[in-house]
Amino acid sequence: MITPYIRCVGQFSIKFVESIGRACLMLSLSLFGKPHRKLLPLFVQQVFQLGILSLPIILTSGLFIGMVLSLQGYYVLVDYAAEQSLGSLVALSLLRELGPVVAALLFSGRAGSSLTAEIGLMQSTEQLASMEMMAVSPYKRVLAPRLLAGIVTLPMLTLLFNVVAIWGGYLIGVSWMGVDGGAYWSVMQGSVDYLPDVMNGVLKSVIFAVMITWVALYNGYYVVPTAQGISYSTTKTVVISSLLVLAMDFVLTALMFGA
Amino acid sequence: MNQSNHLVIKQLSFSRNERLLFDNLDFEFERGKITAILGPSGIGKTTLLKLIGGQLPVDSGEILFNDQAIHNCSEKVRYQARQKMGMLFQSGALFNELSVFENVAFPLREHFKLAESLLTTLVLMKLEAVGLRGAKDLKPAELSGGMARRVALARAIALDPELVMYDEPFTGQDPISMNVLLKLVKQLNSTLGLTSIIVSHDVNEVLSIADNVYVLAEQSIIASGSVDEIFKQKDNELLQQFLLGRSEGPVPFHFKAPSFADDLQKVNR
Repeated sequence: MITPYIRCVGQFSIKFVESIGRACLMLSLSLFGKPHRKLLPLFVQQVFQLGILSLPIILTSGLFIGMVLSLQGYYVLVDYAAEQSLGSLVALSLLRELGPVVAALLFSGRAGSSLTAEIGLMQSTEQLASMEMMAVSPYKRVLAPRLLAGIVTLPMLTLLFNVVAIWGGYLIGVSWMGVDGGAYWSVMQGSVDYLPDVMNGVLKSVIFAVMITWVALYNGYYVVPTAQGISYSTTKTVVISSLLVLAMDFVLTALMFGA
Repeated sequence: MNQSNHLVIKQLSFSRNERLLFDNLDFEFERGKITAILGPSGIGKTTLLKLIGGQLPVDSGEILFNDQAIHNCSEKVRYQARQKMGMLFQSGALFNELSVFENVAFPLREHFKLAESLLTTLVLMKLEAVGLRGAKDLKPAELSGGMARRVALARAIALDPELVMYDEPFTGQDPISMNVLLKLVKQLNSTLGLTSIIVSHDVNEVLSIADNVYVLAEQSIIASGSVDEIFKQKDNELLQQFLLGRSEGPVPFHFKAPSFADDLQKVNR
């Protein structure tokens, strides 16, 4: 009676371990060994694809999130006559949590999904196999530049997200709600520390970037070569990488800011 | 090993998803000859080409290209061997974002630092060989199926390979494209001194240009030899059914199923 269930769990476990193994192999084949001769131009091209083209959504979202955060913060703080601390609230919540997490979620939706769809289509139309037969490693030629570009661009996008969001907070808090501008900046300056706040946020986004790009490339490379397969893989990338970002954020916050 | 053999496969076994595709098979591909591998769909002919290219690991057995093992060797050796192989994929597998010219130039740009004028000359020569020099600025999406396959062929021979593998080159081609491709394969083989392996189920077309033939069915080789020898094997029923395309014979028309009457009874119960 219970045997099919045990078999099911066994099959799932084997498949899971296999996919972890394949993902690690893919990562090591992409990053270790002699890099591709044209890695730099390929990398720059991908920084444009993943970074520059993600700027509109990242900056617009940053602006609105900063504005909303400032508005909500003001309504709470003003009850305690503590609205002068608005700058500190906006900056700390953005630098430590919202910036890295929201930017990562947006990046996974914008860049992660496009990576999976692109690699998936290349795989299902045998472009990667043909590259391999031309003695060109698709790991080094296609995957490595995308992986590196993802790891470099997300932290930069996160920093830009934070800057725009803090400015959005300033717009609402100072220009609209009338909080003192000097207080907004000086309280922020006093409460934000470079290493624990800014750099921890950047470190978080580096880790998120590795996870998102890795998941996106893996799902693209091991796609089921049909239209439905590509759509399934793209969805899977967004779902898995978003959940991983949220779960990992909890772990990292506990490690960085706990005790 | 016979010196005239370019590629030798010894005792190859391979299974995928617990389904045995090849059971202890031996092949020999003569240098400078066109060898056809025929067999029904789904028998693993494309897989065989991928095994030769070292894109899939073998379960057991050995594949020797110029006496050099393709499997159980370093990645570097495998990539060096692949530079001497060209492969024409069934879909063409052209890079969508690159023009026809850049598609053919791709392997040259990847492996050599050539002056632009020399590279252009080489690419134009390859495109001229397949009759598509005039299409050099088109994108793959603007090509017909036959043209895309010819561009892919130009790209496959860009590195001047010793061995070219053709995966179902004639599938879905109109009669004109098919004849053009047949002529090209034959011509390239003789002028460039290539060894060619054609995987196909277009029996008549392939046999018109092939020197040697292997016929695969049921995980094994059911016939091999020169084209004349194959046609002489009148007592091999499976081979005859495949060559003549009969619907009845050792390969049944019906997929394995319980009795029709039982199925109908179940429906009407």
